[in-house]
Amino acid sequence: MRIGKDLVAAAATPMVLGILAEGESYGYAILARVSELSGGDLEWSDGMLYPLLHRLERQGHIVSSWGAAPNGRPRKHYRLQPSGADALAEARAQWAVVHRALERAWHGRDGGAELAIGGLA
Amino acid sequence: MTGSHAALEARIAEWRGYVGKRPAVAGTDVDELESHLRDRIEALQAGGLDDDEAFLVAVKRMGALDAVSREFAVEHSERLWKQLVLHDADAPGADGAGRGRTLPAIAAATAAALAVALVTALGLGLDSAADPTFLIRNFALLVLPCLSGYFAWRGRVRPGILVVPALGMLAAAVILNLPVVTDDDTLLGLVALHVPVVLWLLVGVVFANGDWRSGRARMDYLRFTGEWLVYLVLLVLGGGALVLLTGGVFGAIGLDASEALLQWVVPSGGAAAIVVAAWLVEAKQSVIENIAPVLTKVFTPLMTTMLAALVVAAIASGNPLESERELLALFDAVLIVVLALLLYAFSAREPLAPAGWFDRLQLGMVVLALMVDVFVLVAMVGRIGVWGASPLKIASLGLNLLLAVNLARSAWLQLRFVRGRAGFAALEDWQTAYLPAYAAWAALVAIAFPVVFG
Repeated sequence: MRIGKDLVAAAATPMVLGILAEGESYGYAILARVSELSGGDLEWSDGMLYPLLHRLERQGHIVSSWGAAPNGRPRKHYRLQPSGADALAEARAQWAVVHRALERAWHGRDGGAELAIGGLA
Repeated sequence: MTGSHAALEARIAEWRGYVGKRPAVAGTDVDELESHLRDRIEALQAGGLDDDEAFLVAVKRMGALDAVSREFAVEHSERLWKQLVLHDADAPGADGAGRGRTLPAIAAATAAALAVALVTALGLGLDSAADPTFLIRNFALLVLPCLSGYFAWRGRVRPGILVVPALGMLAAAVILNLPVVTDDDTLLGLVALHVPVVLWLLVGVVFANGDWRSGRARMDYLRFTGEWLVYLVLLVLGGGALVLLTGGVFGAIGLDASEALLQWVVPSGGAAAIVVAAWLVEAKQSVIENIAPVLTKVFTPLMTTMLAALVVAAIASGNPLESERELLALFDAVLIVVLALLLYAFSAREPLAPAGWFDRLQLGMVVLALMVDVFVLVAMVGRIGVWGASPLKIASLGLNLLLAVNLARSAWLQLRFVRGRAGFAALEDWQTAYLPAYAAWAALVAIAFPVVFG
């Protein structure tokens, strides 16, 4: 399933923060994890990840440091900061509200009928 | 490594050179992107692809370079301003060069010069007997609409965005020419100083293409203002020298050109210079980018030394700033320069760089400025207590309080930043969030003072 551009953009920040909440990571591994978590449905151009990471770093949500990959190549790692954890909690709360509202809107009609029947029984 | 891997290395190096040409993508970003490309290639090779296939797929997955570098430009607008990439890159066939801006700039500069010349032709110029201050007090109103027009044209700004700035300029035109204002020299001076501040921030709304709530857009406008000022000073110095030379040459052949030069050339030339400076900032951006950090690095230590000497002298003389009224107003100017230096340095700074010696120096400058500000505040309140309030004293006091609040908060945030407790973004956010306060105070002086004191 192709997910729309706007939805991908909206989901990208909480997604990346959530993955960094699992532990320190780097660009390619983050994208691989996004792909794994979404079964490949949530995807964006690889290059777009980096401006996003830089924005989170400027906002103080994450910090970066250059390290080395096992084969010795330089690699930039990102780590979640307390303010990033706060931002993630905030985003989770917002997404939960949206999720709940959508559930109710979409299941309202048939779900409502079930409730009415349940009420009669 | 086999021969085919050497070919892969060559292709990666070529790709790297291609990405590195993008001005919005800095050197370490290219390193990071290359590291990513190699990770992706290795994963694809592990999946059975050969070098060529892996390279092609990895580059494809990286995304269209135009789109990626535009995202980098949005995030790192200190490297390259938004409108340079966004507006021009969005336009079909535009290559980001200054072509789309030159014609609007020429038109707007001509319009500004003609507007000033028209006023002079109507007998309201600098030598007007009927109303000698007309041109000076309305100068901003003649020029800034042309500057807004330039921004609106080159940025393809929606007409709806122009409504509020246009209404503000109309209101300013009414206030500046009310008899109650023009009959009182002090009031006229105050209103004529404060109205352009509001107008300049209204021009910023057009500059930002209506996106004035965004902190990044505000920072872009601050950066623009600082560099515009540098270009304007250069143009005024050059223009002044040229006017003197022209007057001298005509004098040498027995013709007195000073009248024509002072009445016509200087006002119209000044008006055009304001627009041309704005155009130069964007057209010749890479030239000035190298000057801005140098200027702040030179003048911040000098200003800090001056403030330290002032504080020591004030304390040593025992009676801080028990001075004349004009001298107190002079300190307002000192504090404005401190703030301008601070903003100028912020706008040229790489936001992700850690705190260094320069940030500590800035902290020193802000703390010293705050001490001076407190001295001045005490002296001002004392004078108002003894001699009573006047429009000038209230305006100075208000400006001082406005600056004191900003400096106090700046010092606190700068301290946290230097000690590694907070990011640089907090400093930037504070300064950009504070901009409407200047507009509000300037508008209050321009609107309320004529009512209260007129």
